[in-house]
Amino acid sequence: MSPQGGEGAAVIVIGGGVTGLSAGWWLARDGIDVLVIEAGAIGWAASGRNGGGCSHHHSPLFLEEQRLWPMLDELLGYPTEFRPNRIRIALDERQFRLYRRALENGARQGFRTDVLDPPQIRELVPFAGEAYGGYFYHFGGHANPHRTVQAYAWALQDHGGRLLQHTPVLGFDTRGNRVAGVRTPRGAFACDQLVIAAGPATGALAAQLGVALPLMSARAEMIVTEPLALMATGAVDGNGLYGRQTLRGNLAYGGGPHEWVELQDVGARAHSTVLQASIARRLYALFPKAAHARVIRSWAGFIENTPDGRPVLDRPASLENLTIATLSSVGFGLSPAAGRAVRDLVVSGRCGFADLSTLRLGRFAGLEPGWRALQGWLPAAAGGE
Amino acid sequence: MVPPGSRPHAPDPASVTGKAPPIGEATDLLVIGAGPAGVSAALAAAGRGVPVTLVDENPIPLSAMGEEVPLHFGGRMGAVVANRNAMLEAVLEASPRLAEAVDAGIDVRLGTAAWGLFPRRLTTNWIGVHVAGLADADRAYLIGFKQVIVACGRRDMGLAFEGWERPGVMGASAAYRLAKSYGALEARTAVLLGAGTEALQIADALSEQGVRIAAIIEQAEIAGGPQKLLARLVGKGARVLTRHIIEQASGDSRGVTAVRVAPVDGLGRRTGQPLQSIECDTVLLGVGAVAAIELLEAGGCAVRFQPERGGHAPLLDGSQRTSLPYVYAAGDCAGIWPSKTLCEAVARREGAIAARAALEALGVRAEGAPEAPSTPDGPAADAALERLAWVRAAILQAPGDPQVCQCEEVTCADILSLRPPRYLGRPRAPGARESGGLAALEDVPPHPDAVKRLTRAGMGPCQGRRCREQIAALLALAAGRPLADVPLATYRPPVRPLRLDQLAGLAESAAMAQHWDSWFGMPTQWVPFWRVPPSYTVAARCTEGPEAAE
Repeated sequence: MSPQGGEGAAVIVIGGGVTGLSAGWWLARDGIDVLVIEAGAIGWAASGRNGGGCSHHHSPLFLEEQRLWPMLDELLGYPTEFRPNRIRIALDERQFRLYRRALENGARQGFRTDVLDPPQIRELVPFAGEAYGGYFYHFGGHANPHRTVQAYAWALQDHGGRLLQHTPVLGFDTRGNRVAGVRTPRGAFACDQLVIAAGPATGALAAQLGVALPLMSARAEMIVTEPLALMATGAVDGNGLYGRQTLRGNLAYGGGPHEWVELQDVGARAHSTVLQASIARRLYALFPKAAHARVIRSWAGFIENTPDGRPVLDRPASLENLTIATLSSVGFGLSPAAGRAVRDLVVSGRCGFADLSTLRLGRFAGLEPGWRALQGWLPAAAGGE
Repeated sequence: MVPPGSRPHAPDPASVTGKAPPIGEATDLLVIGAGPAGVSAALAAAGRGVPVTLVDENPIPLSAMGEEVPLHFGGRMGAVVANRNAMLEAVLEASPRLAEAVDAGIDVRLGTAAWGLFPRRLTTNWIGVHVAGLADADRAYLIGFKQVIVACGRRDMGLAFEGWERPGVMGASAAYRLAKSYGALEARTAVLLGAGTEALQIADALSEQGVRIAAIIEQAEIAGGPQKLLARLVGKGARVLTRHIIEQASGDSRGVTAVRVAPVDGLGRRTGQPLQSIECDTVLLGVGAVAAIELLEAGGCAVRFQPERGGHAPLLDGSQRTSLPYVYAAGDCAGIWPSKTLCEAVARREGAIAARAALEALGVRAEGAPEAPSTPDGPAADAALERLAWVRAAILQAPGDPQVCQCEEVTCADILSLRPPRYLGRPRAPGARESGGLAALEDVPPHPDAVKRLTRAGMGPCQGRRCREQIAALLALAAGRPLADVPLATYRPPVRPLRLDQLAGLAESAAMAQHWDSWFGMPTQWVPFWRVPPSYTVAARCTEGPEAAE
């Protein structure tokens, strides 16, 4: 049964994407009464529009990301299609240098990377052509975003958590410096703790509570081909693209320039554009032996970013019971760890397994009010210039 | 926004701004589809000082036909379709008005498919102009336009039964296309499934071409199409079996050799009376004609389920104009109803109406009195109820478990029980919610896109052309809701499968080559956490350093 207004929850999570659902699942696992409220359908925004990669060695959540993914199917009870390891192919020296950073960051945290020469790449990656070089990262991997979103949602419910889809948040009730409840078209829901993990909408929701979270959204695109013979390692990308060969065999890749948008102007559906041809161009260069694979779909999504592109996982000081979580355009792979961090923040006020000091909201205290314009983060002018 | 008086700031170099692709070709009026509506639109606009380009994907390459794109050809193409020149001649011969269009100075491009419509809206502003993605046998390219009339016709609703994957099971419109446009239909004896206007009209035309219609199978109590057409077919030997459904198509390596048909009651249940076997080499799926809205829907035109237009169709004003003011729809893709099907003049008139409005938008004053708007004259039958009845009888009440999505091998039970796809390995003990089936989505009725992502139904190379209406009907039946309540599964470009090397060949600007390794172009995003400074301002931000995304 869907929850009705009047039935509060100990913790309300706004946002049914990977971050919110993972947080809800971690909370429910602890026996905490949790309700996840989603404006549309789960995973419909950024969580359903990503490459499925799980190798974020720059993040304080990296070690936990690496620890959790291999056991996630078992923890959730549903398949995520996770497969370990990743190959990255450089077509020139510049890319080879750039991609080396993963080797360095990984090594510092105890993970191995092999440098690949062109013959090794040809052997490991049947679709590859003449590469400059590459890397085999013995960490990371990839999973199916759609299946993972659903797995979180179901696992959350198996633990007694509740989920409400198609329920936009209309406003908040506050009492003193506490959030008392959430108002929706289905009624008001009281809460002891509130988590806002609503992707691109996180900033606008936080603003309603007087919390300034600088955020801007952009549209990004991906393409997918018909299924091809499976490569031994599906997590192969590079040449400026991110993505993977799915377990079904499709090549699903994205990348390239994004488009800054004002969410309230563009509507809920992100349409893909002719950028798909530029993605195809780079995929063809990466996998010349897949030249005849037919592209059968493209898709686009809106993704939020903070001014420095780094997540905010924090409890703003102005309210006693609010936790904010935006992963700033890099949320899917980190979601098992980010959800656990949110659980920790809600339950004890601090993360017990990672140092989140670099993800604090307070780092933007001195941010210039005109930061969007200063960084050039503005929608393309109507004139197309 | 930039405060007044301040210096404008450079746009984010990693964004799309300033990276519009070079558009090598341009026209004022683009007409997509050279059927009756499209040719009429192009001819009506010709000679008025406005460049007009008319594209049509026929002749369709054999490789696409083999993938059942854009129609369900069912492997019944004669060898001649491999001969491109012969096909080109056949297409020109079948449509004399095409020659007229060429003579009228229209830029006619045959064998040219439209795979995407990117009219300028907020999220395509960066391209600068309205563009359409086109592809012929050699290359894919963009063409700029000022107004576009989409006249892409129709396709056939698929209907699953045991053996419907056999060669010879095909869409009725696909058979018509092969017979009339190409003279390349390899069918001698056909069984027609469905007895509505569109189905009977095609069967009648095929019968004129020498195809024997052995039987007409209809799940409803009566054959709903024109009695005159039905009588003509019966006169030529067709048996009419109402309250029947095809239960199985059997055959050999060359395809169908017979169908078994079962008597059913008003709810599609088997009555228990004996099945009949009917010999045939072809099964024509005529259970529903579907407006080909994929270009329009993917392009951002508003689409609604409109029973009087035969299902999902674009929202149109009296000028055939869609919700995007420079995009028009004419002919079957604007909606299908019996009187339109029976009289080609309706489609032609829609083309002319659209052309008049497009010309006016281009600043060309129309000649003569305007035509009255083209509106459906009332549904002869409820398309939604008919689709549900077909799916109930053929699939839900089938003794077996028919494969609804052929590309991804997804059966009816797979969809209703939300079973993970075969590549994940079966049998696998399902998780607690998974075993609850569609109800586990807690969305009534479930969104076909959500079901697709979990079961893969509709995700294959035919781009869901054969299964999407069946899946929508299954979801409506399972939820006990009207078909119109099931959201439309989204269409995405390229709406024709396009080879990677072909799509890769589109021209791009030099600026587009930059920043591919950068995700959002922020070095700060990828600074490892042990080197992050404690505060962030634009003024003090680090803009140097490696910016490769991870």
